[in-house]
Amino acid sequence: MTLTPAELTSAVSGGIGTSPQRPDGNLKVRGEFAYASDLWHEDMIWGATLRSPHPYAKIVSIDLTEALKVPGVYAVLTHSDVPGRNLYGLEHKDQPVLAVDVVRYQGEPIALVGADHPETALRAMKKIAVVYDVLEPVVDMETAVDDTPLHPGGNLVRHVPIRRGSQDVEAEVVVTGRYEVGMQDQAFLGPESGLAVPATDGSVDLYIATQWLHVDRDQIAAALGLPQDQVRLTLSGVGGAFGGREDLSMQVHACLLALYTGKPVKMVYNREESFYGHVHRHPAVLYYEHGADHTGKLVYVRTRMYLDGGAYASSTPAVVANAATLGVGPYEVDNVTIDAYGVYTNNPPCGAMRGFGAVQAGFAYETQMDKLAEALGMSPVDVRVRNAMTEGSVMPTGQVVDSAAPVAQLLKLVQDKPLPAGTSSDIRELPGGVSNTTHGEGVVRGVGYAVGIKNICFSEGYDDYSTARVRVSMVQGELAAAVHTAACEVGQGLVTIMQQIVRTELGIERVTVLPMDTTIGNGGSTSASRQTYVTGGAVKAACALVRDKLAGRTDIGSEVIDETTEWRHRATESLDPVTGQGNAHVQYGFAAHRAVVDVDVDLGLVRVVSLDCAQDVGKALNPQAVVGQIQGGSAQGLGLAVMEEIQTSGGKVRNPSFTDYLIPTVLDMPPMSIDVLELADPHAPYGIRGVGEPPTISSTPAIVAAIRAATGLALTRVPVRPEHLTGT
Amino acid sequence: MRVNVTVNGEQRQADDVWEGESLLFMLRERLGLPGSKNACEQGECGSCTVYLDDVPVCACLVAAGQAQDRSVRTVEGLADGDSLDPVQEAFVEAGAVQCGFCTPGLVVQAHDLLDRVPNPSDPEIREALAGNLCRCTGYEKILDAVRLAASRR
Repeated sequence: MTLTPAELTSAVSGGIGTSPQRPDGNLKVRGEFAYASDLWHEDMIWGATLRSPHPYAKIVSIDLTEALKVPGVYAVLTHSDVPGRNLYGLEHKDQPVLAVDVVRYQGEPIALVGADHPETALRAMKKIAVVYDVLEPVVDMETAVDDTPLHPGGNLVRHVPIRRGSQDVEAEVVVTGRYEVGMQDQAFLGPESGLAVPATDGSVDLYIATQWLHVDRDQIAAALGLPQDQVRLTLSGVGGAFGGREDLSMQVHACLLALYTGKPVKMVYNREESFYGHVHRHPAVLYYEHGADHTGKLVYVRTRMYLDGGAYASSTPAVVANAATLGVGPYEVDNVTIDAYGVYTNNPPCGAMRGFGAVQAGFAYETQMDKLAEALGMSPVDVRVRNAMTEGSVMPTGQVVDSAAPVAQLLKLVQDKPLPAGTSSDIRELPGGVSNTTHGEGVVRGVGYAVGIKNICFSEGYDDYSTARVRVSMVQGELAAAVHTAACEVGQGLVTIMQQIVRTELGIERVTVLPMDTTIGNGGSTSASRQTYVTGGAVKAACALVRDKLAGRTDIGSEVIDETTEWRHRATESLDPVTGQGNAHVQYGFAAHRAVVDVDVDLGLVRVVSLDCAQDVGKALNPQAVVGQIQGGSAQGLGLAVMEEIQTSGGKVRNPSFTDYLIPTVLDMPPMSIDVLELADPHAPYGIRGVGEPPTISSTPAIVAAIRAATGLALTRVPVRPEHLTGT
Repeated sequence: MRVNVTVNGEQRQADDVWEGESLLFMLRERLGLPGSKNACEQGECGSCTVYLDDVPVCACLVAAGQAQDRSVRTVEGLADGDSLDPVQEAFVEAGAVQCGFCTPGLVVQAHDLLDRVPNPSDPEIREALAGNLCRCTGYEKILDAVRLAASRR
């Protein structure tokens, strides 16, 4: 039986500020780390999901007769088999566990099959006869609010207005633009998967790859009609997340099949199903107007932006709030008018992805800053520095930025880095590479800059906390510690950070990380760049309680010190619904990029030559992991800049595979030189500032600015495609 | 059908294999070797890379039956007992492992590269690893790991 990662104990040492090896590193390089798709149980069966082929249709009838006749099939379930609430969702309970009489997106789950082999399940699934009445889908985010209502309350999920200063002030220099951001996918490599094991008392255990065990548990229990303590979750190995595991995928489905069949049920999506099985980054259309005086000082920013939430709300309300509150970027502007709209359509559901609303706005406002620089005859860096936010600056929401905001410094750091050598003569370093499409002819170079801002932790008054338990006892004559939380390790290295914190706080080298599960209190979500901050804070606080009881002793005999505590960051406020004013965010993070590109203007091929970044992280608890986060985040920004988009047509996904949805390979990624600033935030544990998301925001606009500088093209849409560069 | 195959030096037998099953499925679900990963199952990501008679292949693209009477070496077969292969050791040390789902495929691919080219240049490393997707690292630390492993072999 393979059920869960083992307790993680490593022989290495090192407190905060050092870079000890990951405690799960050896298991991972040996192929022995148990990911959710690796789980196995005696007598287990396989689950499969029948999904809608239509973006919008009424379900006239579902006939299971033939499917149930397939040998090896144990169960075929529909919405009528959902014993509890057939609706779930992170912010609005609007998404069916299994569709009832309507499907609102291509890929919406309709029925489940449990069978003795995945192939049997697939064959039975194809024998389920569903009759649809196909409807015209709503697909345009700009007109969706006035189109056919897809939900009882209409198609507006949330409108966030922000009004600050004068609404009709004029300026000497005005630049405007309309920008589009395509639908990006998290493309985590470990597919959605898990194993549900039924217990004889009607309860269930789920071993699962997720970002938030407790919110999964609460939604599963509601759907199953079980008390929360009868649904137990244990985190399995998670193969990346990036926001795509915040919403439920197969969690309820596997538990339903397990409870109906009485057998352990494993579900594993393949890559195509994964594209249908999780939410994506909201595509967006953004209209901007920037006004400045002749010195380049911003006088006003006005923007109207649309974010396509697709068929169900997911985290759209929070994404819209981010896009709005961060909508002018890391700049001081006294007069701001923002209207951000999140809407329902029949496109694939969209929700959390690294950057979470700040990415879409970032591409638009940074392109505007370049336009402004051009209109003023200033350099892109100078116009940004002229307006750069600093500590004490006021956000469009009226919130005062009360810790370091080294925006100008970050820009100067990347500007001062040495530039790469000129265009190479080695075809492996030219656009097109060994495809041998150019030996340098038609290749032009450009340099671009961008800077971004991201809120860290949960916002708008959410009670954002984490729970940690630290236990200390004697092992082989020395003090040893174990740390237990429900905070999800998804690859970012929280397991390492927790060990480092315990070593620093207690001076105990031997630290075991216990499996993450729901037997302890909520750890909060692994998102919003918050786990080192909040769960790190909780572990630090639990250590303080243990330290009091240790009272300096190095030998506690047979005593066991076991302390559990909750820790929360300072409170935030909701936004005023009319003016958008309020101290909505906990902390702000900043990163700046400089990109250098070579563009083959004949073929429209781009090679990013270098992508350097400077970021303030407050305090680097693990410098190696911090740089890894910045490089990985920059890579996802590069993907959005030049290749990554889920292409839809009439609501249907055209490219649900890694053949047609491209993510950067090692050939696409340039060397990345990273400067890390450590300007402590006095409000945060150890002064840390969330790291994961800021680099994803500035990477994309810096690369597109570089392509613009090389080609002179306007390039108002990402990803930039070859035809945008060749005009063909 | 029944498949007889040598895996990591051991003679193994898998029964009731469906003709449409991949070598990857047989390794993971029938032979208890889930180290080779299932990120795309369409030959695009390299996470399932194994040696088949000393040649790296995507195990998802090889039918289980094609492995009959042949020799397979997976990521689980690289370490010598408790001591990691230098490539494995370098991946951990260099910070090349985050979520780790791409790691088994990359480790096998890099192992093969260093067997063929003991001191590869950066373009050679990039070309050799071009079929292995990683979503977490941006590849910089993977390059560091391969350079480190090369320096130690």
